[in-house]
Amino acid sequence: MIPPRVREWIISVPAMAWLVVFFLIPTLVIFVIAFKPATPMGGLGEGWTLDTWRELGNPNYPDIMMRTLRLSFYCTAACILIGLPFSYYMARAAEKLQRWLLMLVIIPFWTNFLIRVFAWKAVLHPEGPLKHLLVSLGAVPPDTMLLYNEGAVLLVMVYTYLPFAIMPLYASIEKFDFSLMEAAQDLGAGRVVFFSRVFLPGIRRGIQTAVLMVLIPALGSYVIPDILGGPTSEMLGNKIAQRAFADRNLPHAAALSALLCAGVMLLLIGWGLLARHRQKRGLT
Amino acid sequence: MKSSRLPATTVWLTLLFFYLPILVLVVNSFNAHKYGGSWDGFTLKWYVRLFEDRAVWHALGNSLVVALASTIVSTVLGTVAAYAMSRFASRLQKVQYGLIYMPLIVPDILMGMSLLLFFLSVGFELGLASICVAHITFCISYVAMVVFARLQDFDYSIMEAAYDLGADSRTAVLKVLLPALAPGIAAGALLAFTLSIDDFVITFFVSGPGSSTLPVHIYSMMKHSRFMPVINALSTLLLVVTFAAVGVSQYLTTKKGNGVK
Repeated sequence: MIPPRVREWIISVPAMAWLVVFFLIPTLVIFVIAFKPATPMGGLGEGWTLDTWRELGNPNYPDIMMRTLRLSFYCTAACILIGLPFSYYMARAAEKLQRWLLMLVIIPFWTNFLIRVFAWKAVLHPEGPLKHLLVSLGAVPPDTMLLYNEGAVLLVMVYTYLPFAIMPLYASIEKFDFSLMEAAQDLGAGRVVFFSRVFLPGIRRGIQTAVLMVLIPALGSYVIPDILGGPTSEMLGNKIAQRAFADRNLPHAAALSALLCAGVMLLLIGWGLLARHRQKRGLT
Repeated sequence: MKSSRLPATTVWLTLLFFYLPILVLVVNSFNAHKYGGSWDGFTLKWYVRLFEDRAVWHALGNSLVVALASTIVSTVLGTVAAYAMSRFASRLQKVQYGLIYMPLIVPDILMGMSLLLFFLSVGFELGLASICVAHITFCISYVAMVVFARLQDFDYSIMEAAYDLGADSRTAVLKVLLPALAPGIAAGALLAFTLSIDDFVITFFVSGPGSSTLPVHIYSMMKHSRFMPVINALSTLLLVVTFAAVGVSQYLTTKKGNGVK
């Protein structure tokens, strides 16, 4: 009979070894290659250098970082603002309607992400239906460009990530004890007081999860600005891909990826600290 | 408190927002007008052009091969990992849980970039094999999470009962554990297959010449506007397949649910 401790190792090693080799080590490789010199042939030179990091001071980059942060932040805010009333309605609806709405939120997940982004390209196209409608309503002048700008990128980011916000919000609102609503009412609280002092704190955990679920992938957006944005709406992800494929400067691509990775880790650490702090104070 | 109209209005507007682009895409796949600006009459010519495009079929073949291979490997690895995590409560399993959880959080582009750099540094040739490795890496986590959730409800005392009745561990696993886990494993495998077929960003970073999967090929078609109506046709077909799959799985789960009740 094999001792349990050895049995545990035998069944734990396969997945762990795979993930160490193909996930953990590659992630560390990003940080290593960011300090390697680039060769003109698109390879890696000998020795170590800080040149890549100095080049990140180039005025182009702070602009792109700020745009990435700004768009991700707006997208997260919009997803929470739309997701809250949506999930509230869903959680309070009759069970059958709840199931239907849940399905309708999930189905976009099942359709290919590229195709959803592409569908928007057709909708926003200069000869497409939305432009026709807006011009005939007199809402916009005929020379308006709906595509290839920050607005188009933000719109489709919200479209793509909204289900990621609705899911955790719905899960926490569904568990919220709505008898607290009557209690608040009996104690003389109005709608605004109930919402801000009872409801929002009650579903805080769901809101935090929703923020992370939207913010992290939004920071790494690449396809949406690539297909629907123009040169003035590039994000960090576009720069990473350009450095990796168009100019074949791997250390540069690695340094930008390292920045993104550090940003994501900071968010997660912040989230962990927040959770621990609340646990200590007894507020779960 | 009077109930507000705001939530209901948000729901219906959001659903319109979700489905309008998809509707436009489907309608345009039958529209003779190239950019879908106006309705120029019904046509099937984009579908004909799609069926004549050999590259699309080649890419679809690649996608299916990759999805099948990565589903098999990741389902085995993910299921074993989930079993270890639920059976043992040790520091090792905490580390394993962390390793499995991380790929779920990291943005796709980071995973693609890190694997690209890794493959280039160790001299691993980019092609179908590198795509499979990448897909297995992110699918393990999803399979493990789905099976792990299923194992939370599993009562290990029935395994003990099997041992008491003289079963060896092989028999207990094959005859007791696996049948109880089968729906969870099937759900995990289905998820892995879907994620693999659908993935674009990670695949794009680790694919080599001639190894385009369907999403990578669709992306290269998107760069040329003359392909726009053909992509509409292709997308409509993919939507039909997706809806059929959702419908069938929905039918199967509700049917099974009724049987149990």
